[in-house]
Amino acid sequence: MDSDEGDREPLSRRAEWSDVIPLPQDDGPNPVVPIAYKEDFRETMDYFRAIYQADERSPRALCLTREAILANPGNYTVWHFRRLVLQALNADLYEELDFLQQIANSNAKNYQLWHHRRWVIERLGADARAKELELNKEILSRDTKNYHAWSHRRWVLQALGGWEDELDYCHCLLEQDVFNNSAWNQRYFVITRSPFLGGLKAMRESEVRYTVKAILAQPINESPWRYLRGLYKDDIEALVNDPQVFSVCLKVMNTKSNYIFALIMLLDLLCNDFQPSQEFRDAVDALWTSDTHPLDSDLAKAICYILEHVDSLRAGYWMWRKSKLPQAA
Amino acid sequence: MESFGSLTLTQRDQIMVEQQVFSILKTFYEMPPSSQSVMMELQREDHVEYLTKGLKHLGPNFCVLDANRPWICYWILHSIALMDEFLDPELEDNIIDFLSRCQDPDGGYGGGPGQMPHLATTYAAVNSLVTLGGDKALSSINREKLYTFLRRRKEPSGAFRMHDGGEIDVRACYTAISVASLLNILDDDLVQGLGDYILSCQTYEGGIAGEPGSEAHGGYTFCGLATMILINEVDRLDLSSLIDWVVFRQGVEGGFQGRTNKLVDGCYSFWQGGVFALLKRVHSTKVEQSVLLPGEEDSGAESLQTTTSSDEGEEDLNEDSSQAVSHFDRRHARVEPLFNSLALQQYIILCAQEPGGGLRDKPGKSRDHYHTCYCLSGLSVCQHSWSADEDSPPLPNAVLGPYSNLLEPINPLYNVVLDRYQEAHEFFTRS
Repeated sequence: MDSDEGDREPLSRRAEWSDVIPLPQDDGPNPVVPIAYKEDFRETMDYFRAIYQADERSPRALCLTREAILANPGNYTVWHFRRLVLQALNADLYEELDFLQQIANSNAKNYQLWHHRRWVIERLGADARAKELELNKEILSRDTKNYHAWSHRRWVLQALGGWEDELDYCHCLLEQDVFNNSAWNQRYFVITRSPFLGGLKAMRESEVRYTVKAILAQPINESPWRYLRGLYKDDIEALVNDPQVFSVCLKVMNTKSNYIFALIMLLDLLCNDFQPSQEFRDAVDALWTSDTHPLDSDLAKAICYILEHVDSLRAGYWMWRKSKLPQAA
Repeated sequence: MESFGSLTLTQRDQIMVEQQVFSILKTFYEMPPSSQSVMMELQREDHVEYLTKGLKHLGPNFCVLDANRPWICYWILHSIALMDEFLDPELEDNIIDFLSRCQDPDGGYGGGPGQMPHLATTYAAVNSLVTLGGDKALSSINREKLYTFLRRRKEPSGAFRMHDGGEIDVRACYTAISVASLLNILDDDLVQGLGDYILSCQTYEGGIAGEPGSEAHGGYTFCGLATMILINEVDRLDLSSLIDWVVFRQGVEGGFQGRTNKLVDGCYSFWQGGVFALLKRVHSTKVEQSVLLPGEEDSGAESLQTTTSSDEGEEDLNEDSSQAVSHFDRRHARVEPLFNSLALQQYIILCAQEPGGGLRDKPGKSRDHYHTCYCLSGLSVCQHSWSADEDSPPLPNAVLGPYSNLLEPINPLYNVVLDRYQEAHEFFTRS
């Protein structure tokens, strides 16, 4: 792709390839979805096919796979074969990392690249860890939500360690952008899986405090609300009984602004036997200004009704939620 | 009140997209009704032209999809089928021939002739052939060999690997199971452990990730849910938190985002919107939606309250008339979609259509065959979202714009047009 017709010497004119008969693609007499390949591309792939069919795992094959990958980084067959050649030649995998770095600059969202990187790091082991986590941070600095980069980062942590600074890294990203859901997700990953922290239950109280702060700073931000709920995964009773949780709902509702997620959290608490004090009832009532449509006496039903109106995009969902409410005792 | 400078990157990006979308909507609402009618039309002819051209010729820049050609076939064929259009028999034959050349002698399909077989391209090839339909297309699939290929891709964890030495993720699981199910070669060996793996990919947010620990994501949520339904383990998922996550992926633009706090993208019209179509097939009290009787107009809290489920309303009737009532009910049975079908249709029609043919991610992005396929698939899901079953055509008010916008219904588990699925199902059950 980078090589112009002018710069690159055709393989057919390179001495070291003179013994190879290029193998054209068998598209048949009436090709469909035919790509009008540039001549360079066609030639590279014709030679690759020849080498691949012959299963030639040589230094020149390695060079050829580099050319083919640069021409189309999505060709998983070429990547796979390159791995076979690297193994056969017992090649320097640190050099391979440099090659990957080059491609990552323009192909940060390519599955094959990341999978290959994982394969290389797996073989290099713990020595590669620190640099890898640093390089990964660089890629994330350009796109803080790159799905592949995050998955790779988690894989490195689990396979090779390096957990010590990860929670700080999450915090750093959240300071830059508290709406970064990938950073929240990573935070969850760290607090649940890091061998240096005590696990979800042990981390819960401090995490709730952290999350409540984030919520109060930006109540419209969905990420910390889901994170808060996630801190009580499989332990709904503890969620309902945590004063930090029901207090933040009340606080946000009382601001009468950006309160949708607070209402929703309160609804979830009520569905799990939360016993609201009068303050909650008053706060909900205060959000509803119509006299013509009074709110239901059942607080959960009232909340569903309000949500149908203030979150009207999801009116169908709120009507369904209402229909699923346990009938009031 | 924030000063503009203190907005985060997420907020700034979101505002930019909202501005673009609202500007399109504002222009639309200010037009005279006659112009509005034109804007609300699905530009079928233009889309079909764009798509059929792609079957016959692709420019040099498509070399980046040189390992994805069965996908290009599927995106184009499925889009054309959704619009109930047909191809020249000769072109169909050429497609069957081409896909045969992508088929590996040991089973499965690669991204092009001579390439290693890969689960995603296998999925795309099989779906293409099912969409073409007919004995020639369907019998061109070497099922026995394909089964062995699927077995080779099976991992001890229960998941699947995309290709020999390839990556493991929820997409690989879906593509394998979708193909196995369609071809009637799904067995216990393919299924074992798979439910555990997918369950481990459901995140604290409720959606499903590509791998354990990753972020909840629309594409993987579709894949994970469809797989669990196909292997009959859907009740193991936390469906209420899944539903809660996915309904919040629909934004003010009307379209869906792939992940929390990310931008709307037309392709999620299917990956996220399709989740609702899948859920209609899940018969569990957790997700049961009230069935509206014929004659009742759509949404309003009232109609939901007067809705009778099949046992509630019939307690006074004797058995014969209750049978008659339920038979009558089913033919025009409707449900209220859990997502905002009209808002999504509006996004697809007004914001995702490219003048001149093709559909796109969002205004400002270019059209491509992938987005054309998934925007149209999502549109079909929307139009059929009030139907409790597919035996009756949608009412006019289910279809935004002229009724001629109506697309063919799909089987959401595989994302193939329902008629073609039924033909394939019969074919592979017989043989």
